[in-house]
Parts: sequence; structure tokens; C-alpha cells
Amino acid sequence: MHQFVPYILLLPLIGFLVNGLFGKKIGSETAAGLIGAGVIGLAFVLAAVIVGEMAGSPAEDRKHIVTLFQWVAAGSFSVSVAYQVDQLSMLMTLVVTGVGFLIHVYSIGYMHGDPGFRRFFAYMNLFIFMMLNLVLAGNFLLMFLGWEGVGLCSFLLIGFWHDRPFDTGGYAPGTAMTTDAAKKAFIVNRIGDFGFLIAMFMIVGAFGTLNFDEVFARAPYVFEAGNATVFWITLLLFLGATGKSAQIPLFVWLPDAMAGPTPVSALIHAATMVTAGVYMIARCSILYALAPATMEIVAGVGLATALVAATIGLVQNDIKKVLAYSTVSQLGYMFLALGVGSFTGGVFHVMTHAFFKALLFLGAGSVIHAMHDEQDIQKMGGLAPVMPVTYRTFLIAALAIAGIPPLAGFFSKDEILWKAFSQGGLGYWVVGWMVAGLTAFYMFRLVSLTFGGEARWGHDKHPHESPKLMTVPLMVLAILSVVGGFIGVPESLGGSNVIERWLEPVFAPAMAKLAFVQTGHDPAEYLLMALSVLIAAGGIAGARYIYLRRASIADGIAGRFRPFYALLWNKYFIDELYDAVIVRPIAAGSDRLLWRFFDIGVIDGMVNGTAHLVRLASGSLRKLQSGNAQNYAYGFLVGIILVLGVIIFR
Amino acid sequence: MLEQYIPIGFMFIVAIIFGIVMSKLSEWLGPKNPNDVKLSTYESGMEPVLSARERVSVKYYMVAMLFILFDIEVVFLYPWAVNFRSLGLFGFVEMLVFTVVLMLGYIYLLKKGALKWQ
Amino acid sequence: MDLLTPHLLSIGPLLTLVAVALLVLLLESIITKSEPVSFWTSVAGLLVSIGIAVPGIAVHGSAFGGMLRTGGSANYFSIIFFICALLTIVFSRDYLKKRDSVFGEFYLLILFATVGMVLMAAAADLIIVFLGIELMSICLYVLAGFIRGSVLSNESSLKYFLLGAFATGFLLYGIALLYGSTGSTSITFLTEHFETYASSRLFLAGIGLLIVGLAFKIGAVPFHMWVPDVYQGAPTPVSGFMATGAKAAAFSIIIGLFAQRFVHGVQIGTLLAILAAASMILGNVVAIAQTNVKRMLAYSSIAHAGYMLTGLAAGNAYGRDGILFYLLAYAFMNLGAFGLISFMEQEGEKHLTFDDYAGLGTTKPFLAVLMSVFMFSLAGIPPFAGFFGKYYIFVGAVQADMTWLAIVGVLMSVVSVFYYLRLVMVMYFQDTLIGQTASYSASSAAFVVLAALILLGLGVFPSSLLAIITTLY
Repeated sequence: MHQFVPYILLLPLIGFLVNGLFGKKIGSETAAGLIGAGVIGLAFVLAAVIVGEMAGSPAEDRKHIVTLFQWVAAGSFSVSVAYQVDQLSMLMTLVVTGVGFLIHVYSIGYMHGDPGFRRFFAYMNLFIFMMLNLVLAGNFLLMFLGWEGVGLCSFLLIGFWHDRPFDTGGYAPGTAMTTDAAKKAFIVNRIGDFGFLIAMFMIVGAFGTLNFDEVFARAPYVFEAGNATVFWITLLLFLGATGKSAQIPLFVWLPDAMAGPTPVSALIHAATMVTAGVYMIARCSILYALAPATMEIVAGVGLATALVAATIGLVQNDIKKVLAYSTVSQLGYMFLALGVGSFTGGVFHVMTHAFFKALLFLGAGSVIHAMHDEQDIQKMGGLAPVMPVTYRTFLIAALAIAGIPPLAGFFSKDEILWKAFSQGGLGYWVVGWMVAGLTAFYMFRLVSLTFGGEARWGHDKHPHESPKLMTVPLMVLAILSVVGGFIGVPESLGGSNVIERWLEPVFAPAMAKLAFVQTGHDPAEYLLMALSVLIAAGGIAGARYIYLRRASIADGIAGRFRPFYALLWNKYFIDELYDAVIVRPIAAGSDRLLWRFFDIGVIDGMVNGTAHLVRLASGSLRKLQSGNAQNYAYGFLVGIILVLGVIIFR
Repeated sequence: MLEQYIPIGFMFIVAIIFGIVMSKLSEWLGPKNPNDVKLSTYESGMEPVLSARERVSVKYYMVAMLFILFDIEVVFLYPWAVNFRSLGLFGFVEMLVFTVVLMLGYIYLLKKGALKWQ
Repeated sequence: MDLLTPHLLSIGPLLTLVAVALLVLLLESIITKSEPVSFWTSVAGLLVSIGIAVPGIAVHGSAFGGMLRTGGSANYFSIIFFICALLTIVFSRDYLKKRDSVFGEFYLLILFATVGMVLMAAAADLIIVFLGIELMSICLYVLAGFIRGSVLSNESSLKYFLLGAFATGFLLYGIALLYGSTGSTSITFLTEHFETYASSRLFLAGIGLLIVGLAFKIGAVPFHMWVPDVYQGAPTPVSGFMATGAKAAAFSIIIGLFAQRFVHGVQIGTLLAILAAASMILGNVVAIAQTNVKRMLAYSSIAHAGYMLTGLAAGNAYGRDGILFYLLAYAFMNLGAFGLISFMEQEGEKHLTFDDYAGLGTTKPFLAVLMSVFMFSLAGIPPFAGFFGKYYIFVGAVQADMTWLAIVGVLMSVVSVFYYLRLVMVMYFQDTLIGQTASYSASSAAFVVLAALILLGLGVFPSSLLAIITTLY
């Protein structure tokens, strides 16, 4: 079956072409939506069949490389369009197509009546196509194609409603458009891509190939652990990952990415795009195992991101913004897992997070839909009886993300926290544990303000439950959020940890290199588990108490710690900082420094200065000093002197 | 290697010295009786009517340019004519191609009226 | 006669082109209302020339006593020039009609400029190089000022002429110094004996001045100052022709000199690296500040000269093959972009700012999609051909231990995304302020679509072209 893997990619591409080229010819919206969602559904079925076949075959028979054609060849170096079918890539494919399919179905309802309906589905299909290229790629170059492609699609989708203003909550107040958010996403991502590209060049330099197979097989023999080259390669790849997966310092684009339609946010935040960085590092696990210094950086950055984003999430009032920061924070968890060497834990959390974060975003979309595009949770409240399905599913997702057993989030988060403690250290665990409490708190602040208490919306609004097309995907995702964790029940709780067994062959070389001491059953594991459930429960209870019973407490705290509150509310002023330190100087530099100053000032100045000297020396040359072309000629002369200087006197 | 150029350099020096000496000599030896007529601009015996700093019609340049172009043709034809026998048919065809190309240019000029004064 | 026949056959593409040019000259003089005839003759002639050049790629040889190289790279470059000339001629017809300047002489000048370029690519001797450069440049000076009623066009032509003459002077001086120090003007001789003379300062100064003259033609910093003014003023398709054809021609000589056998002194490698880095930085960063699309593309062409010089500085097969790939891809993407701009541009240099493209995605989706393809390819985003060109060049730089240069290059191509994407954003994400008009003929539209498809094709199957490129030298 594995040879059919290219068809998984072909299906979304067909969907894109059909809706993109003939969208206008397709009269009915339903038909366009069915094509868009159907191709993803079929891709999921195909992926599931392939996984089923893989599960039935022995572990060493589960990896295949399907080569379509030779892509690039120059001398001994060649790259093919080849897809790698193995346990990791197929797991990701299932998540991408499965969650992607539900989001597509939901979108048929959500985007109903939008003039860009067909264009929307075309872009969404292209997005899935690119993401599948990323996860199924058999070499770095093809992965980079997908990598760039998802960036491009996110650009198109975030700016989808390009005529709408967008409240950035910081920079450019009042004038920003959704397109600014789109551009920000793309450019921040390009900075990350820069790291990826350089790393790729270095890999070609070190291995002479870009195929995963050969690079990873030879890496342990080419590099000693701690080698400087492998350190730089992994660090630059990680820079790429911080861009795609929204980590410090490049996380600023993700909260703004909610400017797009809500299903887009769900797709970007849950199933695709942000998981790319985690997947890529997991894919390169052996390289990271050889670079312990990078591993520590990854863990540190992940932890810092988790904490920073969670604190920002505490005070935001936009329903999607809270969720956006929660995504950033949860991604921080995943990087923490990767950094401490728990690649399985990272990938496991990617999967469970995809379920409940997609659910949260789609639920939020349902609320926004019902409230006629109102996104401020301070103007909601009391929605639980009006929208029972949305409320219940949202609650399940919130419990899952808070880490309440036996929902999906509990198992994956517990796995990460336990590995952070046993393979990282107490410090990692303490911060991670605190973030778990913060997560529970801000999620239930969100739930309480949105669904609980009194209605704070005006009489002009008539919220109602969303149509079936939207609620059914919510229910499916809710079920997945409940049961999704059971494939990773740790042995200490009597489970068999299916996911760890499944992924073991992929990470075996890296784990062999890292050589963690297997402690077996440790009583500490139960203690930590209990503590994390405790803090989650505490966070939930605290949030419910404050926001349902005593709203005054929240204001009181905010009042007493005003500077701190302002800091959080303004997201640590990071956008402003980047704007002031990077964006404006570059813009000004281009305009003033390089163009006005360098091209006109220095060169012309130097030229004029030279001319001045020449004029002093000889009055007869004065006539030459009358126009621009002459200045250029003088600039030319300066260039000649430089060229001859370099070439002769070096 | 550079010594081959010594005679050329020598000729340059001699030419420069000769030029300077001659002009200075005529200035020094020649009688000087300037009057108005002698100092006026000489224009083919005609009375000068306007300042010499006049814009010259572009047609003059046109004709001058074309003259040079076809004049140079002769420079190429001369050595060819001298060696005509030793070059044989090859040389003949070669020169035929050359003149045909120029001929085409000439036809173009003629048809576009580049040689008409109006 | 037997002596001559193989020589004549091996320069078939050149001869065909000259014959076509002379035919057009004759047609112009004997037919009244000759423009359509000249147009179709030129197009047909260029297509035939491409057809003759393609099979010759596999052959390598030299002709006329080592004055010309034939087959291989000479034919590859000739094909690039023919394509540039073809696209330029097709696009300019609409453009010139709009301005009542449609004369058959335009095609004639393009054809003769192309003859000059082919001579440059085939040159195995510096004298032929000079001949080719002059033939090409003189035609381009006239072409830049072809819209006689436009002040900008006149200014462009005059500036280009003055500075071009200046640059040619240095080039000639460089050739003279090389002859003075080695006693030969043969490129083969110079590359073979490079090490022997590399210690001679006279020789190095000659090489330096030669680089200066060629750096002017490709528009590398610090010899770039003419580029924005000239590209802005010249008729838009001609700007495209200068940016692609003339640039490729100058590169063909630089490659012939330095990358054919990879004879680099340390000094020359360093010099090329400095020129490359300066061009990439200045071109890309200054392009951000532009509001005029033509000027933006002018600065971007400076940046692209920098990318290609990077491959040259690397001095290995990756870099060289990268440049060869890039030049062909660049011809399609840049001429395509200039062509689309010429469709949009209105008389009197109007409709040339970014704002004039607002909402093109809704009003003229056909043009907007094509423009986006060219912009993405210029920005080097896969799967368009522009990405692979850059990719090879930067791999070459890393392999040559010039990682810093590759880093500058990649960083600057990140910067370039900013302004290429701005045009895409404006087209799709802004509302139309004024009614746009675009006028173009079916043949122009067909060629733009073809260019876009080729870019995509080269991006998806780059190996097919690379397999040919690796056999060129």
C-alpha cells in the first residue's frame, strides 16, 4: 500500500486546482465545499489504510521511500522528489489530514455565503498539500518546499479578509489591516527560513547529500558529539523551527495570525504549520542528540516561551488571542520535551494538542459566529444555555488542555513533565508545573467569562447554536480530546504506551546516543502526577471562583499590580521592541541611510568632494561639475580605485 | 619586450619637440603686422555674418558620418586589392560579402532619405 | 572553400541572425508600411535561430583561427539571448503602438544588439569581445532613447551613452594592458597562463580594468549608479532586455575568463566576493524604499547581479552551473515582469507606482496571477526556477568556504521578499483606487503565460536543464 503515498498528496492538489481554476464555474457552494473537504477526507482514509497495513507488518518493514522522479542533479549530488513513509511521518499525516478534514467540514458551515468561498477552499487545500509535503518529504529540500509553501499559504489565508481592519493591540493602532498580520507572518517566517537554508547548505557541505536516510545514518560517524559544525547546523535548524513553531524570539506572528478566518486559525494552530518545527526537530533527532548544547538551548527556549506566553494569556480579552497565546505556550512545552530528549513526548503532545486546540478554535469560531463577529470575552457571558453543544465541547477541550485525567492533555503533558524532571532536572519541572497551573487558570477564565455568569451582551444580539455542519466536527473532536490520550498511557499507570512503542524505531539512534538511565518505576512519578493534577485543579477552581463569584477580585489584583498588569496586557512590549529595534531602523536605513545617505550622500558626497579637490587643482574641470551623470562617472572612478586597490595591493 | 617600443617613443618625443619648435620659430621669426581684416574670421572668402558659436544642422553630421563610414571601406579594399591574386577565390567571396553588407546599408540610407538635404 | 565550410556551419546561429537582421534592413528600405513584415520576419528569424542553436549545444569547437568558440556554452548563451530578444520584440510592439513609435527599426536594433551579444558569448579573443560589446551597446543606447517625445527616455539614453562610453574606455584600456603584459589577446591563452602572469601588476591591473568594464555592464555596485535612471527612462521592454540579455552577455565573458577553468587569483576571488556582497546589500535594501515599480526592478536587478557574482566568486562548478541556470531563469522571470509592467503602463510614464497595482487581483486576475508568479520566482520561493538558481549559487559559495557570502546572500534574499511581496500584497489585498487599464495583444499574453509555465517547469524539473548545463564547458 505504501506506494500509494503520493496520492495522499495528489488529492489536496487536485482539490486546489479544481477550486482554484474552475471555482467560478462550480455553481453551487456545496459542491465546492464538498470537493474541498472530500479530497482531504479521502486522503485521510488512504493514510489510515496505509497505517493499518504498516501496523500489520513487522517493525523493521514499516519504513519505505517512494521516489517519484529525480528533481535536482549536479555531479554526485542529487535530490529526488521522494516521500518517506515511516511511523513518524504517517502519524503526522493522520493528524494533518484527520484534523484538517474536520476543519474543512466545519468551514463549509462557517464560510457559508462568503464571496470568497471557493478561493478559501482552494487555499486551504493548498495549505494541506504543502504541509503533507513537509511531513512526508524524504529529504531536506522537499521538506523546505513544504516549509516555504505553508508559509505562503498562511500568508494568503491570514490576509483572506483583506479589507478588514485588525486590532493588533499594540503597534499601528487603528491603521493596521489583516494584511499587515499576513505580511508579518510571512516575513517573520522568512527569517526562520533563513536559518533553515543555511543549515541545509551546511548539511550538503558535511554530507554531500540531503536525503534523510543517508544524512541520519552517517551523522554518528561523521560527527563527534558536541562537534561545532553539528552545533551550528542544529542551531540554525532550530532558528527555522522558532519561526514556524512560534517560539521566542520569533513567536510574534502567531497571535496576529488570528486575523484570518477562524478555521484558518484552527488549521494553523492545531494541525499544520506550527507543528512543523516540532516535527522537523523530531525528524532530525539524531543530529540533535549529537549536539547537547543545542538541546539545552531548545529546552530553555521552549520553557521560557511556555512561561511568557502563558502569563500574557492571563490578561487578554480577545477570545482568539487567549487561545493564540495558549498555543504558543503549549508549543513551548513541546520544545521542552524535545530539548530534554523526549522526542516521543513532543510528538505525542503535538497530536493531543491538535485535537483540543482545533476544538477550542472551532468552538471559539462558533461563539464568534453566534455573537456576530464579537470577539471580546468581556462582552459575552451566559452563553452556556444558549449554545449547549459548543459549551460542552469547549469545556471538554479546556479540561483536556488543563491536564485533567483521563483526558488527552493529561497524558501528554504528564509525559513531558516527567521527562523534564527525570532527564532534565528539577528546575525544568518546577517551571513547567507552574505553567500547567497558569494554563488551567487562563483557560477557565476564558470559559467562565464566555459561557458562565450573566449575559453581558446587548439586546441587539441573538446568539444561537451553530448549524450541524459546524457542531458535528466539534463533537468528533471532543471525543478525540477525551480518548486521544489513551494511546500514550504510561506503563506506570498500567498502560502499554502504544505511541512510544510505535515511534521507538524512529528515535532509536538518537536515544542510543543520549543513553538515558532507565529508572524503571519511580515512586516520584506518581507524586509529580498528583502534584500536576492538583495545580490544574487549583487553577480551574481559582478561575471559576474569581470570574464567576467575585469579579471584583480580578479588578483588585489588576489595580494593585498595575505596572505588571500593563506589562502583560501589552505582551511585554515585544512587538513594540521589534518595531523600534528592527523594523524601523531597517526601513529608515533603506530610505535614509543606504539610499539617501550612501547612494546620494556618501557616493555623491565623495564624488563632490573629489570634484571639489579637482576644481581647486584645476579650474578648467569646473564645467564637468554640473549634472548627475558626471557625478556617476566620478563614482565610477572611486570604484575603479577600489577595484585596483583590492586586486593589486592585496 | 618594451625595448621594441623605444623607436616609437623616440618618434613621439621628436614629433612633440618638432611641433613646439616649429610653432615657436614661426612666431619668433615671422613678421607681425596685424590689422582688422587679418584678425577677422576666415570663412572661405565670405563675409562672416554670425558668431562662430552657432548650432550646426544635424544634416552636416549625418553626411560627415556617412562619408567616414564609406571612406573606411576603401581602406579595407586597398590591401585586399594589392593581395588579390594570392587570396584567390576565398578573398573574392570574402570581400563580396563585406561589400554586400555595406551595400544593404547604402540602400537603406538611400531609401530612408538620409542623403536628401531637405 | 573547403577550409571555410565547417567554420561557417559551426557559427550557424550567428549567421542566421545576421542574415535575418540584414533581411529586415532590406525590407525596411524597400517596403512601405514595413512594420508588420519586419515584426513577423524578426520573430520567425529568432525562432529559426533558436532551432539552429539547440542541436549545436552538444558540439564543442572553435572557428576562425581561435577567434570564436562554437557550440557548448556559446550556443547556450545564444539561446538565452534569442529568447530575450524574442520576448522583448513581442512585448514592445504593443508598447510602441501605444506611443505611436512603432517603427521597424526597433526590431532591427534589437536584432543587431543580439548579434553583438552572440559575438560576446562566442568570443575567444578580447578583440571580438570588444567588437561584440560595442555592437550591443550602441544599439542599446539608441533603444533606450527610442521614445523620442519622452524626456525621461532621452535622458536615459544620453546617460547610458556617456557612462557606457566611459566604461568601454576602461575596458579597452584593460585589454591594452593585458596585451602589453602578455603579448596576446586570446582568452584561451590568458586563462592557460594565468598563474604565470599573476604576479605581474600590469597584468592584474588589466584584469581589474576588464572587470570594471564588465561590472558596469552587469550593473554591479559600485558601477551601478546608471541602472535605476536608465531602466526607469528606457521603454519598459528595453529595460527588461538590458537587465536580462545585456547582463547575460557580460556574464558570458566573465565566466569565459574566470570560471571556464576556475583560474582565480586570491585577489580576484576576493574582489568578486566584495562586489557581490555590496551589490546584494545595496540593491536589495534600496529597492525597499522605491515606489516606482520599474525603479524597484532596477535595484532588484543590481541585487541579482550580486547573486550571480556570488557564484563566480565561489569559483567551482556548482557556482558556475548555478549562474548559467539562473541567467536563463532570470531571463524569463524578469522579462515577464517587465512585460507585464509594459502592459499596465500608460503613456507618459504613468501607472508605474505600487499604488497603481492596487486591486489588480480582482480587476485583472489574469495579469495579477502571472505577476505573482514572476515576483515569487524573483524572490526565490520554491517551486519556481528562481529558487534553484539561488540554491546552486549559494551551495557553491559554501563549498568554496565562503559561507559568509552565502549568509549575506540568503539574508538579503529574505530582505528581497519584502518588496516583491509588497507588489503581490498590493495587487491582492488592497482596493482599487482608480480604474486600471491594460492593453496587450494575444501574442504577448501567450508569451507571458509561456514564460510563467517555463519558470514552473524549470522549478519542478531543474535536472533536465542542469544535465545540459554540466556539459557546456
